[in-house]
Amino acid sequence: MNALRLQTLSRTETALLGVAGVLLFFGIWSFLSLSGLVPHQFLPAPYEVAGRFIELLGTPFAGATLQEHLASSALRFAYGFLLGAAIGIPLGLLMGWFRVLDEIVSPIFDGLRFIAPIAWVPFAALWFGTGIGGPILIIFAGAFPPCLINAYRGARFVPRPLIEAAQMLGTGNLRIIVEVLLPASTASIVAGLRVSAGLGWQSLIGAELIVASTGVGFMMVQAQLDASTPTVMSAMIAIGLVGLAIDVALRALEAAVRRRGLA
Amino acid sequence: MSRRSAIGLATIAALALVWYLATMPLEWISPGRFPSPLDVWLALQQVTLTGYANGLLYQHILHSVNLVVLGFLVAAGTGVPLGLLMGWSARAEALINPVFLLIRPIPPLAWIPLAILWLGLGDAAKIMVIWFAAFVPSVINSFTGVRSIEPAVIEAARMLGTPRGRFVREILIPAAGPMIFTGLRLSLQASWTTLVAAELVGAIYGLGKILNVAQTDLYPGMIFVGMACVAIFGWATTRVLAGIETRSLSWIQLAEARP
Repeated sequence: MNALRLQTLSRTETALLGVAGVLLFFGIWSFLSLSGLVPHQFLPAPYEVAGRFIELLGTPFAGATLQEHLASSALRFAYGFLLGAAIGIPLGLLMGWFRVLDEIVSPIFDGLRFIAPIAWVPFAALWFGTGIGGPILIIFAGAFPPCLINAYRGARFVPRPLIEAAQMLGTGNLRIIVEVLLPASTASIVAGLRVSAGLGWQSLIGAELIVASTGVGFMMVQAQLDASTPTVMSAMIAIGLVGLAIDVALRALEAAVRRRGLA
Repeated sequence: MSRRSAIGLATIAALALVWYLATMPLEWISPGRFPSPLDVWLALQQVTLTGYANGLLYQHILHSVNLVVLGFLVAAGTGVPLGLLMGWSARAEALINPVFLLIRPIPPLAWIPLAILWLGLGDAAKIMVIWFAAFVPSVINSFTGVRSIEPAVIEAARMLGTPRGRFVREILIPAAGPMIFTGLRLSLQASWTTLVAAELVGAIYGLGKILNVAQTDLYPGMIFVGMACVAIFGWATTRVLAGIETRSLSWIQLAEARP
């Protein structure tokens, strides 16, 4: 039988199989599209999607070019994500330090957590409109919980001796939080930021599908109404690329934190 | 009662009181922005007795829960075996992983317009989107689960000539079990998020449809009812999954309890 992990592949074998996999994927896609097995309107060939993608960079669709839609999405994302981090991380650390706060906030937080971020859309639209405020609330709803949870966990798992040493030296609460808990839980916080960026980006796309008049999600809905599959697919690729870029940036941050020995 | 749950109950009671005071006697918050407890009660009555957004509350709930469970089962049924296979065979991993990495950055919700284009506003499109959403966590965690099995265990099984079927049933699945369930839990969450989003974009029934209609009607009481239902049934399905996990992984406690 095939052994697990005991079986190792050479580098070239891995690379060849990888290339074969990707070629197979695009091959099946092209075959389904070009042979007419799937109506062409529903599944354009890969090169047509690529062509449409490049076209969208120059010609506006639904009021703006692809990169303009992406820019307005990215701006909303930045606001919502930063807001989630700016409230979630300090609150998580405070909850990790003051037990009363933990006991008061936890039941509320646990109750709200089961509401999918996207279910906030109607209230978000009602309270903050569909321009920029509404979508920011949705991103916040996605990005806030991982920030809070990871800061809280990080703070709770700080080694006791560190805290005791600080207390023995008469360090005040605020300084313990900023100078002991925060550095000791940085690794956990950064890991939380990565999760929260992923959820925030995905929530934003959802929000833009439902309520927005700009942004890449809005563009997708317009393309869907126009039954323009290549445009929908181009937007999906763009969304994937931006999501990937955000993840790569936060991975770099994670690595930098580890190098500086904060972890 | 522990101090923790006492404070928890007190918080929730205080919150309920503030909610009542702020919306009804004091009117700090306008009823057009956030519903009072009475508004929520009336909305609940309306949707359960006379119906709202094409149906009664229980029909919407049944519809949504049904789709979540179906989509989740399809995703778990395909994702877990694929993850196990990729963990099992280095060849399968080398072949599939690059394609997987190519598709993975596209967030599940971004598949909704394509699903509607392909399959319309009916149930099939929702199941397809849930499948894409819930598939990824199932694959990744099953894969990690297999990779974390002790090599010594595998070698011992090999040395004893364990047949393939028995190996999968008695070593692979139990040892990767906890990770598989972690993946399934994430899959279930993703299923709910995606279904609600898909129903908000376009649907005929479902909890997301209630939210959608309530949003256009500017009906805060009904929005509240819809959100509460999403939270309650999201929680309930998670509990069911946790129950299944404890039952099927009871061997872990047994093993730990032994001296």
